[in-house]
Amino acid sequence: MADRQPLVLGVNGRTVRREVSGERTLLEFLRDDLRLTGTNLACDSGDCGACTVLVDGRPYTACLVLALDAEGQEVTTVEGLAARWQSQSGASPPALHPVQQGFLDEGGAQCGFCTAGMIVAAVGLLEEDPDPTEAEVRAGLEGNLCRCTGYVKIIQAVLAAAERMRVARRATS
Amino acid sequence: MSLPPASRVSSGADRRDGGERPFRVIGTRVAKLDAVEKVTGAVQYLPDLDVPGMVWGKILRTSVPHARIKRLDTRRAEALPGVLGVVTGQNVEQRPFGYAKDHLALKRDVVRCIRDEVAAVAAETEAIAEAACQLIDVEYEELPAVFDPEAARRPGAPQIHPQFPGNLVNFAYAFSAGDVERAFREADVVVEGTYRLPYVTTACLGTMAAIAQWDPRGQLTMWSTTQIPFLYQRDLAEALGISGDRIRVLQPPVGGNFGRGLDLYPIDIIAALLARHVQRPVKIVFDRDEEFLASPTREPCIFTLRTAARADGRLLGRDAKVVIDNGAYVSWGSTTPYVMMTTLAGFYRCPAIRFDTAIVYTNNVYSGSMRGYGNLESTFAVEAQMDDLAERLGLDRLEIRRQNANRPGDVTPQGLRITSCALTECFEAAARDIQRPVARPPRPGWKRGIGYAGMFHVGGGARVYRSDGCGAIVKLDDFGKVTLITGASEIGQGSETVLAMIVAEELGVPFGRVEVVNSDTQVKPWDVGVHASRTTFIAGNAALLAAKDVRRQLLELAAPQLDEPVEALDVEDGFVVVRGSSQRRIGYERVVRAGHFREGGRILIGQAFYDPPTQMLDKEFRGNVSVTYGFAAQAALVEVEEATGKVEVLRVASAHDVGRALNPVGCEGQIEGGIHMGLGYCLTEELRLQEGRVLNPGFLDYKLLTAPDMPEILITLIETVDEAGPFGAKGLGEAGTIPVSAAVANAVKDAVGVRMTELPMTPERVYRAVRAAATTRKGERPCG
Repeated sequence: MADRQPLVLGVNGRTVRREVSGERTLLEFLRDDLRLTGTNLACDSGDCGACTVLVDGRPYTACLVLALDAEGQEVTTVEGLAARWQSQSGASPPALHPVQQGFLDEGGAQCGFCTAGMIVAAVGLLEEDPDPTEAEVRAGLEGNLCRCTGYVKIIQAVLAAAERMRVARRATS
Repeated sequence: MSLPPASRVSSGADRRDGGERPFRVIGTRVAKLDAVEKVTGAVQYLPDLDVPGMVWGKILRTSVPHARIKRLDTRRAEALPGVLGVVTGQNVEQRPFGYAKDHLALKRDVVRCIRDEVAAVAAETEAIAEAACQLIDVEYEELPAVFDPEAARRPGAPQIHPQFPGNLVNFAYAFSAGDVERAFREADVVVEGTYRLPYVTTACLGTMAAIAQWDPRGQLTMWSTTQIPFLYQRDLAEALGISGDRIRVLQPPVGGNFGRGLDLYPIDIIAALLARHVQRPVKIVFDRDEEFLASPTREPCIFTLRTAARADGRLLGRDAKVVIDNGAYVSWGSTTPYVMMTTLAGFYRCPAIRFDTAIVYTNNVYSGSMRGYGNLESTFAVEAQMDDLAERLGLDRLEIRRQNANRPGDVTPQGLRITSCALTECFEAAARDIQRPVARPPRPGWKRGIGYAGMFHVGGGARVYRSDGCGAIVKLDDFGKVTLITGASEIGQGSETVLAMIVAEELGVPFGRVEVVNSDTQVKPWDVGVHASRTTFIAGNAALLAAKDVRRQLLELAAPQLDEPVEALDVEDGFVVVRGSSQRRIGYERVVRAGHFREGGRILIGQAFYDPPTQMLDKEFRGNVSVTYGFAAQAALVEVEEATGKVEVLRVASAHDVGRALNPVGCEGQIEGGIHMGLGYCLTEELRLQEGRVLNPGFLDYKLLTAPDMPEILITLIETVDEAGPFGAKGLGEAGTIPVSAAVANAVKDAVGVRMTELPMTPERVYRAVRAAATTRKGERPCG
């Protein structure tokens, strides 16, 4: 198509080159072009946080970002979190990022539709502030809606993950 | 930090329902079977699926709530490049569907609410399908409409369905027991009130979706977000005019349901019609606006109640009249009074009951089923009046509840038989937890209050349909792996995990060795569906019986191999062992292989169908619909700012008689999520309709509570070990949602002295109520 433009960006540690149209959102690009379907579309208006991804380490709702605006940046989706943690912590290949492990251990996922966005948002939060209070975790996840859990086990999972990440970082530093 | 502590489990018995060894799996905190897929993003929801050759479908809905379709021209849409076809009520064959068979998926002559489907497009991309919908020309002749259920009952109101004169849905839910007139005549005190309860919606994060695919033999495969796959199979077949054996239903993981999937909806029929029309698989996924507009809601109602009591607080009678806005069509949601009535007649001991309803057609969107349906509404009214009675009689609010509480052995006026029941203990636990110190100091301008509410709900299935059954198959393979094939559907609530735990416990294998197959009607045995908090109890009993069946066969097959009689054998950790001689044992895989390879061989498959010993309600609404009943009590601690009317809930203490907590992490998850949904109903959520149009179809204006909005939640799980439940468990899925709004309303009354009778309790409503009360008090003073 004539209106397609070249796009080069990093996705989960790999360089991706594609041609995309100007109106394609980052979410459509990830889900439809790259088939990274772990990131879910739930509102398409930035109101629910289900499609949260990290762009250069900061959380964004991918439905509100144009794919072309991510040119040259590094995008991390839920599928890339384990590798991200490995590169940050130097740990031997973990199957899961500590936040994912926290959700698993604490029962943070029920239907799971908000989970990917919630976990990515929490990772962004903990990379910014490795030792948040409970109130800070709640505030940090305000933009992520969950209909199943009442957030209780999500908050517990994030606090447990924060502790695990601090311990791991101390061990490797 | 004040993280809620892990829930306490109090139980009279450690193990054993006659069993010998302690539990290995039951009662442990188990991560959900699908948790790894969900935390890694590997899970594939319906929108993630592609079928080869698949195209996109989009639905065009009416632009006016009540009108005659004068002209419908699809030619411009069909001419758009990328469009494969358009279906309308004129070019496809379809049959009426729904609980009352009162509508067609694609409306033909008349549209009756803003949700109504008039055409659907199949196209190469979603964007083209959407653009094509805009090219369909529809000319409407508007008809007089009615949006208020009281107005719709008046003579001369616009008629919505000619076959239902007076706009009355022809279900009569009227129940009476005892001498109601006498109860009110002889009462020392009578309290009364009218409670207005709003439209709310499930607002699942994953929207409704369907994929339909026809094969050359005329067989239809549906990928669906339904939670009643077998009833859906039958209803869809009827709507399409084909036989049910031609439909296979697949249930990929679903992004929430909460009752949304309890009916067949036009989306599924239209997907099938479109796919047949264009001879390609068709996928339809609701966008968020559409989800708010076109997925089912809780039924709004006006609940009028009077309660009569003696001076000592003993209840004498209740008299209720409920007007329900049905919307334009009848769904299973219209059976809501069935549940309302059960609480009205059965929650707390009350000898004289009168309950009546009017279910009224309007041109509003029609309701469906939503978690706890009917019971939130009834409990809100009943519990408001328990507090009002206590106030009028000068009694303690907990004491009046304790005095009237249901107890084991009670039979309600409808004939519901209460067996295990820890309602009183639930109130004690909630009252204890709500009194614990609070970290946050009191704030100037805010007043604190505490409120209580209990609940009573079916906990051992609910015989709403003629069967309340579920089938289960347990297969043991030659690697020692166990597969449970259950009729029950997983909708995110964790049922497959708890069913796998039951099977693992009974068969003596580690939890990780059990897989669950539960998403294909072509494979799994029949089940009614996910509703009425029934899955753990009903599907759990079915799974347990099937596991017992395969265990028996396993021991029979192992007996000659171990040269011991069956009675001398037991199962342990994946081995058949000789009792009292644990080194003499043989692994399951070897037993099964012997079955496969020896002469006269056999496979190891156990099966069961569990349909509980219960009754449907008869014509007079009497019958014991559930084997056992669940009970809970909640206490809410709130702060109310009088100057703004803002209500903040600081803590909810929630105590539940769960029979037995099979997977405590799952129990807590259901309760915590239920409290979130109940608090939303209470404080922020309302689907606002004006002239039949939905004003707030998005998360920005339809307010789900966020993480910082949620109070501290303290949970107590009380184990009564129900004799009929699988390992003693009772249903729990809806319990957390039901009493919250009543407890919070009672806490607001305690804090600022006003009785809130309308939900949600927005700051504006609370502020107005506080002002009105202050004005009344001022006005009263001069007269003394």
